[in-house]
Amino acid sequence: MELLLAGFVGVLVASGVYLMLRARTFDLVLGLTLVSYAVNLFIFLMGRLAVGRPPILDARLAPTLANYADPLPQALVLTAIVISFAMTALLLVIALATYAETGTDHVDGQEPRAPEDRG
Amino acid sequence: MSLALLALLPFAGALLLAALPNRRRRLAAWSAAVAPVAGLLIALSQAPAILGGETLRWSVSWIPALGLTFGFRMDGLAWLFSLLILGIGSLVVLYAAYYLDKDDPPARFYQFLLLFMGAMLGVVLADNLILLVVYWEATSLASFLLIGYWNDRKDAREGARMALAITGAGGLALLGGVLLIGHIVGSVQLDAVLASGDRIRAHPLYVPALLLVLAGAFTKSAQFPFHFWLPHAMAAPTPVSAYLHSATMVKAGVFLLARLYPALGGSDAWFWTVAPIGLATLLIGAYVAIFKHDLKGLLAYSTISHLGLITLLFGLDSPLAVVAGVFHILNHATFKASLFMAAGIIDHETGTRDMRRLNGLWKYMPWTATLAMVASAAMAGVPLLNGFLSKEMFFAEAVSTDAHVLMRWLLPIGATLAGMFSVAYSTRFIHDVFFNGEPVGLPKAPHEPPRFMLVPVEILVVVCLAVGVAPAYTVGPLLAVGARATLGTPLPEYSLAIWHGINLPLAMSVVALVGGALLYSGLQYFINLHRIVPLPSGGQAAFAFAQRSLIRGASNLTLGLQTGSLQRYLVFLIGLAIAAGALPFLLDAAPQPSLPLTSVTAVFAALWLVGTGAAVATVVTFRRRMLALIIVGAVGLVVALLFVYLSAPDLALTQLLVELATVVLMMLALRWLPKESPPERSTARHALHVVISCAAGLGAAALVMLVLARPFDSISPYFLQTAVALGGGSNAVNVIIVDYRAFDTLGEITVLGVAALVVYALLREPRLRAASSAGTAGGPPVHPLMLQLVARLLLPLAVLVTVHLFLRGHNLPGGGFIAGLVLTIALILLAVSHGEAWMSARWPVDFRAWVMTGLLIAGLTGAGSWLLAHPFLTSTYDYPVLPLVGALPLASASLFDLGVFLTVVGSAMLMLVSIARLQAGRRD
Repeated sequence: MELLLAGFVGVLVASGVYLMLRARTFDLVLGLTLVSYAVNLFIFLMGRLAVGRPPILDARLAPTLANYADPLPQALVLTAIVISFAMTALLLVIALATYAETGTDHVDGQEPRAPEDRG
Repeated sequence: MSLALLALLPFAGALLLAALPNRRRRLAAWSAAVAPVAGLLIALSQAPAILGGETLRWSVSWIPALGLTFGFRMDGLAWLFSLLILGIGSLVVLYAAYYLDKDDPPARFYQFLLLFMGAMLGVVLADNLILLVVYWEATSLASFLLIGYWNDRKDAREGARMALAITGAGGLALLGGVLLIGHIVGSVQLDAVLASGDRIRAHPLYVPALLLVLAGAFTKSAQFPFHFWLPHAMAAPTPVSAYLHSATMVKAGVFLLARLYPALGGSDAWFWTVAPIGLATLLIGAYVAIFKHDLKGLLAYSTISHLGLITLLFGLDSPLAVVAGVFHILNHATFKASLFMAAGIIDHETGTRDMRRLNGLWKYMPWTATLAMVASAAMAGVPLLNGFLSKEMFFAEAVSTDAHVLMRWLLPIGATLAGMFSVAYSTRFIHDVFFNGEPVGLPKAPHEPPRFMLVPVEILVVVCLAVGVAPAYTVGPLLAVGARATLGTPLPEYSLAIWHGINLPLAMSVVALVGGALLYSGLQYFINLHRIVPLPSGGQAAFAFAQRSLIRGASNLTLGLQTGSLQRYLVFLIGLAIAAGALPFLLDAAPQPSLPLTSVTAVFAALWLVGTGAAVATVVTFRRRMLALIIVGAVGLVVALLFVYLSAPDLALTQLLVELATVVLMMLALRWLPKESPPERSTARHALHVVISCAAGLGAAALVMLVLARPFDSISPYFLQTAVALGGGSNAVNVIIVDYRAFDTLGEITVLGVAALVVYALLREPRLRAASSAGTAGGPPVHPLMLQLVARLLLPLAVLVTVHLFLRGHNLPGGGFIAGLVLTIALILLAVSHGEAWMSARWPVDFRAWVMTGLLIAGLTGAGSWLLAHPFLTSTYDYPVLPLVGALPLASASLFDLGVFLTVVGSAMLMLVSIARLQAGRRD
C-alpha cells in the first residue's frame, strides 16, 4: 500500500508539474490543483497510514497512536485544503483579468512571436 | 568614566551641530571646537597615569551572549593617537572656520568632521577588535561624507565613492581577519589578543588572518596597489585632506599594524608581506609626487610615500624600527598637516592649486611661504627638523637589517632613492610655488590670508622645529610610552640626539639631500616639469574597469535569466527544487527504508486505479478544458475517498466540499476563457518539460516512500491524551484547529478572507467588466427547472445539516470549516440554478460583512482570554444541558469556530458570487 500511495503522489506531482509548465493560464491552474492534492496527501501521509482508526476519541480506547490516526497532519491539511481553494480562486481571477486585459491566455501576457516558441 | 566621555564627546558634538542652523559659520565653528578642545584637556589630564605606565580601562556589557563588551582602553599608543586626533582636530576646526566659503553649509561640514573624530577615537581606544572594526567602518563612512562634501562636483562624488569602495572592502577583509583572530585566541578582547602572540603565530590560520588584517590596513593606509584612492580623495575640502587624508584616518592602517604588532608581527610571513609592500609604496609614491602639477596631488603622493615608509618600518620587524615607525607617525602628521593647510591657504588666496600657474608667490605671501618652506624642509628630512630624526632612524634600520641578502641590498638603496625623491618633490613644492618667475593668470590677486587662518600652521611648524631641535625634551616621553605600548616589551636602547657622529645613515642623508636637489634642478632644466602631461593612474583605470565589468556582468546575468518567459522561470524554480531534493539521494545520505509494508486491499486498489488513471488522463486531455476539469474533479474525489479510507473523516468532508466549490468556480471562470488550449509543437522545450515533470514525480514518490517506511515519533499522543481534558472535545482534529493551534487557524482564515476581498476587488476592474459584457461566452445562461426545484428543496435541509455539523464538530467530524462549506455549496447550487441576479434580488446580502464579522468574532474570542488574564486564545468549556437538545458542547472554542464558519461562508460566497456576477455582465 505504501508503494502505491507513493506512486499516486508521484503521478499527481508529475501530471501537475507538466500542466503547470504549459503556456496557458487555465492549464496552469489545473496543474496547480493537482499539485496541491499531492502536497496535501504528502503532508497527511507524514502521520503514516491508519485504516479504520479515525482520531475521534473514545473513552474505551487508550489515547495512543496505536488506536488513532495522527490528528496533527490532518488538522494542518484541513486548513491547507481551504487555503488552496482560495488560491485557486485568486489565480483564476487573475487569469480572467489578464485575458480581458491582453486578449490572450498565454502566461506571459502575449502570444509567442515565432511559431516554434509556442507552448 | 572620563575615557567614555572622551570617546563619546565628538558624537555629542555632532548631535549638537545637527540642531544648529546651517548658515552661521562662526557659531558652528565655536560649537564644533568644544568637543576636540575638551577632549584634548581630558586626554592631557591622563598624562600622569599614562606616563606612569598605566593602562586605563572602561567598559559596559554589549552583547553578553557573545562575550562582547563596549569598552575603551587607553595605553601609551592609544594616548599618543588620541592626542594627535584631538590636537590636529582642534587646529583643523579653527582653520576650517576661515577656509569654508560662505555658501558652504558649515554645520554639515563640522558635523561630519566630528563624526569622523569620534569614529577615529573609537578605532584607537576600542578595547576589543569587533568594536574596533565597527569604528573602523565608521571612519570610512565619515571619510565618504567628507570627500563628497561638495556634492555638486562630479570629481568629489567619484572620489568619495572610490574611497568608500576601497576602504570599505578592506574593512570587510579586516572583519574576517578579526574573526579569525578571535577564533584562534578565543576572545576578541585586545588584552587577550596582545598576550597571545605566540599562539596566533603557531596556528595554521595565522597566515589567512594576517593577510586579511593586512588587506584592511593596506587599503586604509593607501598602500600599493590600493594607493590610487587617496589622490582622488583630494577632491575633499583641504581641511579634510589635512586631517583625514594625511594626519589621522590614513594612519588608521599603520595604527593597526602597530596595535597588532605584538600579536601578528615577528614572523617571516609578516616581514615578507609588510616590508616589500611598504618599500614599493615608499618608492612609487615619492617618484610620482615629483611629477604632479596639483599642489594637493603632490602632497597626496608624498603622503602615500610616507605611509609606505611607516609600513616598511613596522615590516622590518625589529624593536628599533617600530620605535622609528611610531616616531614617524607623529612627525609626518605634524609637517604634512601644516603643508596641506598651507596648500589650502594658497588655493584660497589665489584660486588655483596648479603649480604651472603658481609661481613667485614669495613676494605676495612671505609669511605663508616661510612656514611652508620650514614644513617642506621637514618633509625632505633637513636637519634640525623633526622629519630628519625619524628619517635618520629609518636609514639606520635600513643598513642594519639582518634579513635576507636581497633585502640587505634593496633596503639601503631604496631608502636613499626614496630620500632623493622626497627631497626633489619638496624642493619643487618650494621652488615652483614661491619662486620660479611670476604667477601665470591667477583668478585672484594673491595676498596673505586672515591672521587666524595661519595660527594652526604656525603651531604645527613650531612643533616641527621644537621636536627637531630638542627631541628628548619635547617628544621623548610621548614616544617612549607610545613605543612601549606598541612593542608590549621593554624598549630597546635608542637615542633621540640630533648628532650621532659621522656614520652611514648621515652619509645617506647627505646623498639624498644633494642628489634630490640635483634631480629636481636637472629635471627642471632638461625636461621642464611643467610640460609633462599627467597620465591617468593605472589603479584608477583598473578600478573603473572593475566597476564597469561588475555592472555589465550583473546586467548580463539579469537579462540572461529574466527573459520575461514565466515558463522558463518555473523551469528554473522546479529544477532547483528537484536538485535540492535529489542531493541527499546522490550523496547517499538518505536513510534506508526499514519498516514492513502494509498489504493492499481490493477497495484501496480500485481507488488507486481510478485516481492514478484520472491523474494521467488530465495530462492527455488537458487541451479540452471542460473535460480535463471534470477529470481533475474526479481526482479530487478519489483523494477525498482516500482520506475516508485512511481514517481522516474531517479531511474527507472538507476535500469533498472544496472539490465541488472548486469545480464550480473553474467552470464559471472557463466561461470567459478559451475552451481549448492551442496545440504546441513538440520541441526540445516540451521534451525538457516532460523530463522535469517525471523527475519531480519520481522525487516526490521517493520521498513519500522513505517517510512511510521509517519509524515514527510524533508529538501527537499529547493531543490525543489531552483533547478531552483540556479542549473539551473528542474530535482531536477539530480541537487542534480551534484550540491548540487556534492562532494558526486565525491566520489561515485571515488569508482566506483577504484572498476573497482581492478577488472581489479585481473583478470590479472596469476593463474586465467591459470585456466580459462584450461577451465571449455563448448565449444567455439557462436555468433548468428540475435543478431549481432541487436546489430550493435542498436549502433548508442544508441549513439543518450545517447547524448539525457545526454543533457536533468538537466531538465528531464537522466543525466550522466543514459546516461553512456545506452551506456554501447549497447557496452556490441556488445561485447557479436560478442565476446570481435572482438570488441577490431575494437575498441582498453583502458577504464582505460576513468575512469581517467572522474574523472579528474569532479575534475577539481570542482577545477575550486577556480579560481573564490568560494568553491570547486560551479556551474554556462547559456542557450546559438544554431542554430538547440535550447536553450542548459549549466551549469558548465554539465561538472561535463560529468565526471560522462565518469567514469560510463569507469568503467562498464572495469569490463565487463575484465571478458569477461577471456572467450577468451587470454593474453591481
